Amino acid sequence: MSTRMVITTKINGEPIEFLADSRDSLLEALRERIGLRGAKEGCNNGNCGACAVILNGRLTNSCCVMAAEVEGAEITTIEGIASPEALHPIQQAFLEEAALQCGICTPGFIVATKALLDENPHPTEDEARFWLAGNLCRCTGYDKIIRAVLKSADEMAK
Amino acid sequence: MQALKYARAASVDEAVKLLQEGGPTARVLAGGTDVIVMARERRRHIELFVDIKHIDELMQMTDGADGLRVGAGVPLYQIYGDANITKTYSALAEATHVIGGTAIQGRATIGGNLANASPAADSIPAQFVLGGVATIAGPSGRREVPVTEICTGPGQNILQPGEFIVSIFFPRPAAHSGSAWERFIPRNEMDIAVVNAAVALTLDGETVTAARFGLGAVAARTLFVESAAAAIVGKPLTDATIAAAAAAAREAATPIDDMRGSIKQRKHLAGVLTEHVLRKAAERARA
Ligand SMILES: Cc1cc2nc3c(=O)[nH]c(=O)nc-3n(C[C@H](O)[C@H](O)[C@H](O)COP(=O)(O)OP(=O)(O)OC[C@H]3O[C@@H](n4cnc5c(N)ncnc54)[C@H](O)[C@@H]3O)c2cc1C
Ligand code: FES
Ligand code: FES
Repeated sequence: MSTRMVITTKINGEPIEFLADSRDSLLEALRERIGLRGAKEGCNNGNCGACAVILNGRLTNSCCVMAAEVEGAEITTIEGIASPEALHPIQQAFLEEAALQCGICTPGFIVATKALLDENPHPTEDEARFWLAGNLCRCTGYDKIIRAVLKSADEMAK
Repeated sequence: MQALKYARAASVDEAVKLLQEGGPTARVLAGGTDVIVMARERRRHIELFVDIKHIDELMQMTDGADGLRVGAGVPLYQIYGDANITKTYSALAEATHVIGGTAIQGRATIGGNLANASPAADSIPAQFVLGGVATIAGPSGRREVPVTEICTGPGQNILQPGEFIVSIFFPRPAAHSGSAWERFIPRNEMDIAVVNAAVALTLDGETVTAARFGLGAVAARTLFVESAAAAIVGKPLTDATIAAAAAAAREAATPIDDMRGSIKQRKHLAGVLTEHVLRKAAERARA
């Protein structure tokens, strides 16, 4: 048996109430119940980071969180990174450095980079690589991605 | 995902009650990094998740004069992120720092790593050598069990119906002690250990007065290697005694052949890693 539950959260700064099944993962709830399809399902088992969100200030894989767990929580998804006027400097740097090809991994990398720079605004290359070790990309190659991450840190420091 | 309910426990007593009522298909939900995937892939029959992360006692970590108590809901990043823990309980900090990636470390717990009882679990050798004692709550109250006695086989532990781990306590190491943890994996991060090893030792001058060894991924459960300690305790730390401890570790290992490594490689690594962690821990003990 499963149950229906009303979950109250704040997503990207906005209070959101949604109806979830007690079996839903947060990733399923975001995509199917709330209509935020930016977080991607890559592996559905915690290994790829395509589903990354920031949950109560911590980088988290939303496929490894139950929707019911986010009652009362604050979540930032890829949809909350840009402002209505402009791309976030991280997004801009990913474009300029051609740090994406198919784009499946990109929301996860950008959210993970946001969480990194929130905590460590001037990461070394090693720190950036270690932080992003849980994000997999099958097409672009990590060097371009790391270049974009370090560039966005520089841009944001200006 | 299979039929599954979720309950948030507000107290230890409520969690015990929920687990007891739920029976064998009720599971503690800590960081969820093992158990949610298991439920989704139907590797376990689970009908109820009991979320323990809203119980105050479980979210606390206290580093006191007598030792370190880690609540069973405390995520890994808080452990290795604490400079005092890194200095005094180095093996635990080193292991927790490389379990999964950043997103895993934001949620995963050492209680979950222990209860899940994977033979390759990375924090378990560190918990062993630091003398961890788990506080377990259950229908008939609380009991204290050394972490070396929790796991009984792959995915198997001693917890009885209605029981769960509330916290794990690590006594403060004596003066001139040091510990270290290391694993071998083919990549730099994000992989399951081919072998992992930890040691904690205490020195009096250059004489080893106490030592505890842990070895993972070389048997059906993490090994507490008393023969390695016997090879070195009471003796001076020399190349010869280090080699004797490493030989004891190699001997104690009874690994399997699988896609991650062969028996021969794993036995060899058990010795190599034991030597590495011994030298590193000794340096820390002297510092
Ligand atoms: C991508 C990825 C990478 C990983 N990398 C590693 C790695 O490098 N090294 C490693 O060792 N592990 C690794 N893991 C496995 C996992 O992250 C760890 O075992 C983690 O420590 C589990 O903790 P948790 O709090 O998430 O446990 P959960 O998933 O919440 O629980 C695991 C099991 O323990 C039980 N349990 C949890 N807490 C308690 C408690 N307090 N009392 C009683 N029972 C309890 C649960 O019911 C469940 O059966 C990885 C997992 C993923 C998805
Ligand atoms: S889909 Fe969540 S980590 Fe891959
Ligand atoms: S751009 Fe295709 S997976 Fe990264």
